Formats: sequence, C-alpha cells, structure tokens
Amino acid sequence: MELHLILIFMICTAIVAVEIKDLISSVIALSAVGLGLSLAFLILKAPNLAITQLVVEILCVIILIRATIDKDLPLVKDGRWLFNTISTFLFVSAFLFIVYFALRELPVFGQPLMRVSSEYIAVGSRETGASNIVSAITLNFRSYDALAEAVVLFTAIIGVLAVTRKIGKINEK
Amino acid sequence: MKSNQGGMTLIVKTVTRLTVGLILIYGIYIVLQGHLSPGGGFAGGVIIALSFIHLLLAFGKDTVLKRLNEARGLLLASIGAIIFLILATLGFMGKYYIFKPAREFELFGAGIMPLCDIAISLMVGMGLFVIFLALVLLIAEKKKR
Amino acid sequence: MSLYLLCFVLFCVGLYCVVRKRNIIKIIIGLAIMEYAVNLFFILIGYRMRGRAPILEEGQQILNMVDPLPQAVVLTTIVIGLAVAFILASIGIRIYEKYGTFDITKIRRLRG
Repeated sequence: MELHLILIFMICTAIVAVEIKDLISSVIALSAVGLGLSLAFLILKAPNLAITQLVVEILCVIILIRATIDKDLPLVKDGRWLFNTISTFLFVSAFLFIVYFALRELPVFGQPLMRVSSEYIAVGSRETGASNIVSAITLNFRSYDALAEAVVLFTAIIGVLAVTRKIGKINEK
Repeated sequence: MKSNQGGMTLIVKTVTRLTVGLILIYGIYIVLQGHLSPGGGFAGGVIIALSFIHLLLAFGKDTVLKRLNEARGLLLASIGAIIFLILATLGFMGKYYIFKPAREFELFGAGIMPLCDIAISLMVGMGLFVIFLALVLLIAEKKKR
Repeated sequence: MSLYLLCFVLFCVGLYCVVRKRNIIKIIIGLAIMEYAVNLFFILIGYRMRGRAPILEEGQQILNMVDPLPQAVVLTTIVIGLAVAFILASIGIRIYEKYGTFDITKIRRLRG
C-alpha cells in the first residue's frame, strides 16, 4: 500500500519536472523524485541502496544547478507541434500495451525465484567473514564487476577533463 | 556572481568550519564498516567528495585551490585505482592465502574486503571532487571573458 | 503487477521528455528519470513478501531474506549513472559556449 503511494508521488513529481518552464524549478523537482526513490528502497528492505541513492542524488542536483545557474531559457514551441505530440502519445501507449503482456510472464510480486542467491545466502557469511551479504557479493563473489565499474568511473573522469580543457592555446600565438 | 571570489556570508562560513570535519569522519566511518553494516565503499567515497565540495562552495575556490589543486587530487585518485588493480591481479594469480577471512562480526575479520573498500572510496571520492573542480574552473573562466 | 505497470509509466514519462523536449538540460533530466525507473524495477523483482534486509546479526538464524543479487548489481549502476550525468552536463556547457544557445534544433543549422 505504501509502495503504491510513493510511486504515484514519484510519477506526479516527474510530470512536474518535465513540464515546468523554469530550469531551476525542474531540477529541484528531479531531486524530489530521487528522494521518493530512496524511500522506496527503504521500504523494499535495501538499506545499502538507500544510502547510496541519497548521496548520489545530492551530487547530481548540485552539478545540474551549477551548470544552469545563469542560463534560464524559456522553451520554444513551433512547427508541427500537434502532429508530434499525438504521434509520441500513440507510440508510448503502444509501448505500454505490449509491456503489459510481457509483464504477465514474470513471477508474482513477492515470490522471487532465488536459484543463485540461496547459495550466496547459505555460504556467504561463513566463507567471506562479512555480515553484510550485499557487500560480500559486490567485493568478494563478483569483485570483477567492481573493477569494471572503477574503470568506467575513471573513463568518465578523463572524459570530463578532456572536454573542459582550456581552449585558446593555439589562438594566442 | 560573487560566490566564486569571496565565498559565502559569515554565517555559512562559521557553520562550515564546525561541520565539515564531522562529515569527513562520517564518510570514513561508513567506508570502514562496509562489511558489517549498510554502506560500503561507493557511498562512503561520495560522502568524502561531498565534504570537500562543501568546503569549496562555502569558502570560494581561491582558498581551497591553494591546498588541494587538480594535480594532487588526480594523484590520490590514481593511487586508489592502482591499489585496487594490484588486489585484483593478486587474486588472478592465485596468491590469496595472504588474506584469509578469520572471524565474523568483527572489524578486521573479513579478509581482503576492507582494503578493497578503502581503495574504492579513495578513487571515487577524489575523482568526483576533481570533476567538480574542472566544471567550476570552466564556468569561472567563461565568465571572465 | 500494478506496481510493475506504475514503474513503467515512470519510465515512459522520462522517455517522452527525451523525445519531445528541445532544451539540453531537459533531456538530461529525462535520462535521469529513466535511470531511476530502471533501478526501481530491478529491486521490485527481487522483493520477497515479509522478507528481511540482507544483513546478518550475531546469534540469530534468519530464514527469509530478500534477494541480495539485484541489490549488488544496482549499487554499481547508481554510481555509473552519476558519472554519465556529469559528462552530459559538461558537454552541455561546452555546447552553450560554442553556439550561444541550448536549443538542439538551432545547433544543427549553425556552422561553427
């Protein structure tokens, strides 16, 4: 019951974030969506993810506000607006219709098939010595996934440093 | 905007002096307790980056850049990445008998996992701080022209 | 079942924003909403009714736990999503410097 309420709150705030014309207000509405997601993680018994989502949300909002603080453009609408909107709505409703038939094949909500995870839960604490099973999976059973994620983060750092290099070194000659 | 040259008002600076050390210690606590309690290396690394960004936003970039510029931040992030790579390669070559998990429910009992957590938090924290510094310098330089 | 459908409605709100809007910052916001919806869907699949959080305690036998494997996967996905948002924001600032506007239809017509 609480999950339904939180999801409806997230959908309404997401619609506000998409449709509002002021850029800073839509970034703040995005942070409300992130807060609702962190509460949903807490209700779904995932405290690791709730902590991570909360702090990552703060950093994302700081970056977006810093990037748009003096560029408050209103949006423009021209051209074939009616045709574009109607075709987008048709596409989205066709997508949701097909998704409904796909979701009927999934197991019922609340009874997952845990074929691999039952092994991890049974031997996890004895073999790794950790009480937090999610940390044991991330850093011990599947630690090469963490290595790949470190590689992706490093590539992102190098990418940002390459994009924001000082231009004008050649022009100053 | 004046928030890059002089920092913010006096109230913000006083509160920052009191709380930024607590945020850093909280981040280190979450990293070290990663195998006993919810948390882990990634969340703790982001909290450490947030403490440095808090310092940068409250005091202006000139005061902070004297102590911790881009080169030192990148050096710390690279050290973290190299430590993690060495630990992963040790496991690949089969020399894991150095780190044997001994006891449960204790701080130093989980073998290699606290070392991995520290390396990951160093890399994530300093990497995100360096990205934020690069974006701040880009916006400041654009306003000067 | 209705929870899965609501999660996909959130995904479609983000998809509509990416397809229809012209401002680059709005496109970044739409991508962030789509990423939140996908992470929530992963965790919804692995939930067990009246389960417990996957953390053991001393001297207790825990019989029913929620699925810890999707949580381990989503943990890295959240941080990667943050890195992607960083790169998109920096590219957006560079585009504003070069073309003077955030409008994606005008960027194609100007020749730098």
